[in-house]
Amino acid sequence: MEHLIINLFQAFTGLLVDLGLPPVLAEVALLIVKWGIIIAIITLNVLILIWLERKISGFFQERLGPNRLGPFGVFQTIADTLKLMTKEDIVPSAADKLIFKTAPMFFIVVSVLLYTVLPMGKDLQVLDLNVGVLFFISIGSLSTIALLMAGWGSNNKWSLMGAVRSVAQMISYAIPLAFSLLGVVMITGSLNLQDIVEAQKNIWFIILQPIAFITYFISATAELNRGPFDMPEAEQELTGGAYTEYTGMRWALFFLAEYTNLVAVSALMATVFLGGWQGPWLPSWLWIIIKTYGIILVFFWVKWTFPRIRMDHLMSFSWKFLVPVTLANILLTGAGIYFFQWIGWC
Amino acid sequence: MFEADIYTVNVGPVHPSTHGGLHAEAVMSGEIIQDVIVHLGYVHRSVEKIAESKTYQQFTPYTARLDYLATNLPVLGYCQTVEKLLGIEVPERVEYIRVIMAELSRIASHQIAISATGIDLGATTGLMYGMRDRERIMDIFSMTGGQRLLSSYIRIGGVAEDIPDGFISAVTSFVKDIPKMMREYDGLMTGNEIWQARMKGVGILSKEDAISYGVTGPNLRASGVPYDIRKAEPYGIYDRFDFEIPVGCVGDSLDRWNVRIAEIGESGRIIKQALVNMPDGEIKAKVPKVIKPEAGMEVYHRIESSKGELGYYIVSDGGTKPYRLHVRAPSFINLMVLPVICRGGVFQDIITNIATLDPILGESDR
Repeated sequence: MEHLIINLFQAFTGLLVDLGLPPVLAEVALLIVKWGIIIAIITLNVLILIWLERKISGFFQERLGPNRLGPFGVFQTIADTLKLMTKEDIVPSAADKLIFKTAPMFFIVVSVLLYTVLPMGKDLQVLDLNVGVLFFISIGSLSTIALLMAGWGSNNKWSLMGAVRSVAQMISYAIPLAFSLLGVVMITGSLNLQDIVEAQKNIWFIILQPIAFITYFISATAELNRGPFDMPEAEQELTGGAYTEYTGMRWALFFLAEYTNLVAVSALMATVFLGGWQGPWLPSWLWIIIKTYGIILVFFWVKWTFPRIRMDHLMSFSWKFLVPVTLANILLTGAGIYFFQWIGWC
Repeated sequence: MFEADIYTVNVGPVHPSTHGGLHAEAVMSGEIIQDVIVHLGYVHRSVEKIAESKTYQQFTPYTARLDYLATNLPVLGYCQTVEKLLGIEVPERVEYIRVIMAELSRIASHQIAISATGIDLGATTGLMYGMRDRERIMDIFSMTGGQRLLSSYIRIGGVAEDIPDGFISAVTSFVKDIPKMMREYDGLMTGNEIWQARMKGVGILSKEDAISYGVTGPNLRASGVPYDIRKAEPYGIYDRFDFEIPVGCVGDSLDRWNVRIAEIGESGRIIKQALVNMPDGEIKAKVPKVIKPEAGMEVYHRIESSKGELGYYIVSDGGTKPYRLHVRAPSFINLMVLPVICRGGVFQDIITNIATLDPILGESDR
């Protein structure tokens, strides 16, 4: 199946070159087509995920979830999106208009950019960067700026406080996030995501790096402002946090961006720890979908079970527990690699 | 040199919690709370003034709307006060039925406290578990009073009508499932690491503070004072039942939480004993059609409501309507201790402390 897609892409660029376009521009056109496909995948995923989360949380809580619109309520998300699109777009008069309006756009652009390096199948990604892991982590950290823009642009005491807390949380957990992936990079010897998938031919990295898997999961939950770490945007706390002043589609963009981020991070976990697109019988792109959704279900499970962590506990957990644990993991991985090379196993 | 500004944050009155219209103004310096100023009165409905223009029987439904989450308890208190005023003794069967309904209301009220605390702390699933179990009690209430929430089953002199078929089997099966429910709440919430971190040592109410502020109910018992009106000054037939009073050690939020869960178990024990020993008999005492107590008579009667000591003070001037009726609302007095337990904590602790104090604004503001 992936050969079909690759052949289609080559046929597309070949056609453009035959029509007289220089090859460079044909590649650019192919890039635009690939981006169109990614955006279509993201939109479809987000629509499915919003419905899935509501149904699954209902299942945990012994209630039905949406069940009126369409069979099993599948059209609920479309109805909600239409409602949000037709809501009045309120921009506070004292807000910093430029920053206020560009914050959600910034957030979603950053979240979509994460998909550039994700391998969706054998040889199927937008760009096969040699520094894939580094690109992913750095672009992921840019979303903190978007939140700060949202809080500052609203010109509202509580939005700013919520945004500042969000940013503190995301910066604190970015470090264990990056360190967790370092163990895998050390074993593979490369930052290229396709190389990391290839290196898992014999054994998945979740078995070689279980601690890194758990710390990456926890740090990712905090980076996504989700689950037990959603203090900055919880309603019971400081009103709505950074998103208080946003209405209609602007607010919806923030949440779409969060779900987009969720799928990207889960896909990265599937690639780095669970063997990526490798698997018997089924085509490779189906395997990565299955693994990604498996991890997304675990994210849902954690969110709907645990209570919220208090802000000061959150910070001390990151700095006093996760950072030392990930550093210890790197030390152990290094020692392990040296040891196995010395006894001749690799 | 670096001194944090002092600023105020308002919690409520429009607050996404099930406590009602509570307005707590937090004076904070940085992230630490310096003081909490509690503004009450948003749900004031002049119930005590209304009582002066209603006859004694007409006032009974108003009492149910005081503490609307454990409705049989305030109604029981009022009916027993009027019976004390008139010197009426109710039949044995009525006493047993009233005990069963009162204890079921206590369980329902504590389940709401558990659910509200769960959702205030972020464990949304805890909310749904508490509500799902409470639905069974609501079904039992609709069997008897015809109403799920605002029960009008207990009347002056007895109960409205005899218990229907299926009541005893429904209550028995509910009581049998109580240990399973308690295990589920403990498993999902109490034992959780995050839960313990957010509740242990938070909002400590010392024994001396609790007694000097007049706090009663589970909050007082969590601070280490083993005072329960059902044991200290038994009303009705509570002296015939064998049950324990859960008492906490430190008086922090975790103790208040654990005391409420344990009280659900104890109420289950009382109901089981009441079901076994319930005699047959009449369900209404002889009450005059027009209630006219003697002039100058005044009575104060108190019961152990799920929130604390709920007392009714009635002064009569010889007419059909009370001259003065005062409700000693436990939530009003319990809320006065909120500034004391919040000082020195962080902002999120206000939410935890309000949730574990378990106020109900309908009763607090009357």
